[in-house]
Amino acid sequence: MTAAAPRINQDLLRPLLETSWRFYALVLCLGALVAVGVGAWFYQVYYGFGVTGIRWPIYWAFYITNFVFWIGISHAGTLISAILRLVNAGWRRPVTRCAEAITVFALMIGALFPMIHLGRPWLFFWLIPYPSERQIWPNPRSPLVWDFFAIATYLTGSLLFLLLPMIPDFALVRDKTTGWRKKTYGMLALGWQGTPKQWHRLESAMQIMAIAIIPVAVSVHTIVSFDFSMAPVPGWHSTIFGPYFVAGAIFSGIAALIIAMAALRRFLHLEEYLHPVHFQNLGKLLLLMSLLWAYFVFNDRLMIWYGNEPAEMAVFWVTQRGSFAPLHWAMIVCNFVIPLLFLTHKRVRTITGCVIASVAVCIGMWLERFLIVVPALGHKYLPYSWGSYSPQPVEILVTISTVAAMILLYVLFAKFVPIISIWELKVGEQSRLPTPEAMREHPLWQANP
Amino acid sequence: MKGLYALYSDPSEAQRAVNHLRSNGVAQRDIAIASSEPIEEFEFGQRDKATWLYYIASGGGVLGLCAGTWLALMTQTAWPLPTGGMPVVAWWPNLIIMFELTMLGGILATVFALFITARLPSRGAALYDPEVADGKILVGVKNPKGDAIPALTQALRVDVHTQVKLL
Repeated sequence: MTAAAPRINQDLLRPLLETSWRFYALVLCLGALVAVGVGAWFYQVYYGFGVTGIRWPIYWAFYITNFVFWIGISHAGTLISAILRLVNAGWRRPVTRCAEAITVFALMIGALFPMIHLGRPWLFFWLIPYPSERQIWPNPRSPLVWDFFAIATYLTGSLLFLLLPMIPDFALVRDKTTGWRKKTYGMLALGWQGTPKQWHRLESAMQIMAIAIIPVAVSVHTIVSFDFSMAPVPGWHSTIFGPYFVAGAIFSGIAALIIAMAALRRFLHLEEYLHPVHFQNLGKLLLLMSLLWAYFVFNDRLMIWYGNEPAEMAVFWVTQRGSFAPLHWAMIVCNFVIPLLFLTHKRVRTITGCVIASVAVCIGMWLERFLIVVPALGHKYLPYSWGSYSPQPVEILVTISTVAAMILLYVLFAKFVPIISIWELKVGEQSRLPTPEAMREHPLWQANP
Repeated sequence: MKGLYALYSDPSEAQRAVNHLRSNGVAQRDIAIASSEPIEEFEFGQRDKATWLYYIASGGGVLGLCAGTWLALMTQTAWPLPTGGMPVVAWWPNLIIMFELTMLGGILATVFALFITARLPSRGAALYDPEVADGKILVGVKNPKGDAIPALTQALRVDVHTQVKLL
């Protein structure tokens, strides 16, 4: 057993037991932003979609961009965590829970957008597979019904994947606290004792779930890409959209994870647990995904340009040198140039470098989603059906408030749950396997270099 | 529940205590062990490793597949409506629903099986000590017979510092 156990407990339970005024101030600010967004949405529901910039021929704009973006961000956690679990990467231990929480919250927010996008959101349940009074069921040939099944499966799986390894940590909080905390965490711990049988079952279950969740994660963003590629819209009807979307989702997901980890490290003082080597490794992954993303973009654009089909070329040119060109080239800079500058060389692949690259990637990936959705809808086949789009305040407010909602959920989660899996960290200390060179530079229990 | 137990900082001490208990004739099922992390390197941590969880998960997946197939077929044939030139029962899109429900079935079966086989939630009395949270390993005997307690206490006391507790 690790002699460091009491210290690990103390360090990682500190955020749960001590609360500063900064926490309340942050929650208040974020809560206010969320309230503004909810108010804007009610305004939209009351006055109708005329208050947004969504009108013929562009019926999908900010909201569907946000939907695709958040579903993409959700790929950070469960997928990365599951892959690292299966390959038994030792450095994953402090990272997995931070990542899995992003998945759950991003999915919850992403899944809200199809509802926000409905003129009559109270009829959302029509998407759920149950028969109407005329015995009509939702059509399983519609990509929107596939979305429901994919997102519901991924959300259920991710939530369970996050919750199961939390049970031993809830038991630990139960044993280390008193009063209402002891009662609450005692209930959440479900009577966990830590017998060998319970540990084996938990580890087997996590192994099975890791195997199951990887294809589900891939399927989710593939199905989100089908929302576009199943339609004969210029620029959308592409066979590579599935892997292109999955690569983009993992790309933005890793970026979100790096930002979250850097924030946790700084504000919860987790420097002893989230090491530069974790950022180095995630930075390398981010660089790899940047190159993969660039490869897919090149593929997509080359096919359109070489095919020279007039309707597709209209979309192509409007993004390359037309009204959307500034956004397009900003996307290239954010997703390719900045990651290349900050992540290629070890000297600049510092925590700050990784965070700068990650912020750029999040912005770039949002722009990419926007550029997939809007220019194509605004330039369909015949010029009489062309149109433009400019976002209105209500859409901007809702978008900003969902970012605030994501941060708020994450802050509250870090306040009430150990954000690093305590028992997994102890296992990492106990195993004492031959340490790889990269880890030896930053030993886990010594002062941060 | 009555119980006799000791707490150990070192897993090798815990292993010795388990060995002593066994040599005193305590049945495997009566030896309680609890730790704040899985301990794979010692024999006592390998107890109850055999599991049906993988088969149960596969069974859940098969059930999910059946449910997905049924749902897709039933909804398409309940109101046969040709859409976009596709046949009424369109297998390509049906595969998506079938796949998602297969995975959902596997995941849910895994979780249910975990809860049942690990006996969670458990509200009954258990041999446990909050010091386990600090990295100690609990080894003990559930419901020891009165006349066996001195011998069991001796078995649990692997060195002079070991404190044996009686519940």
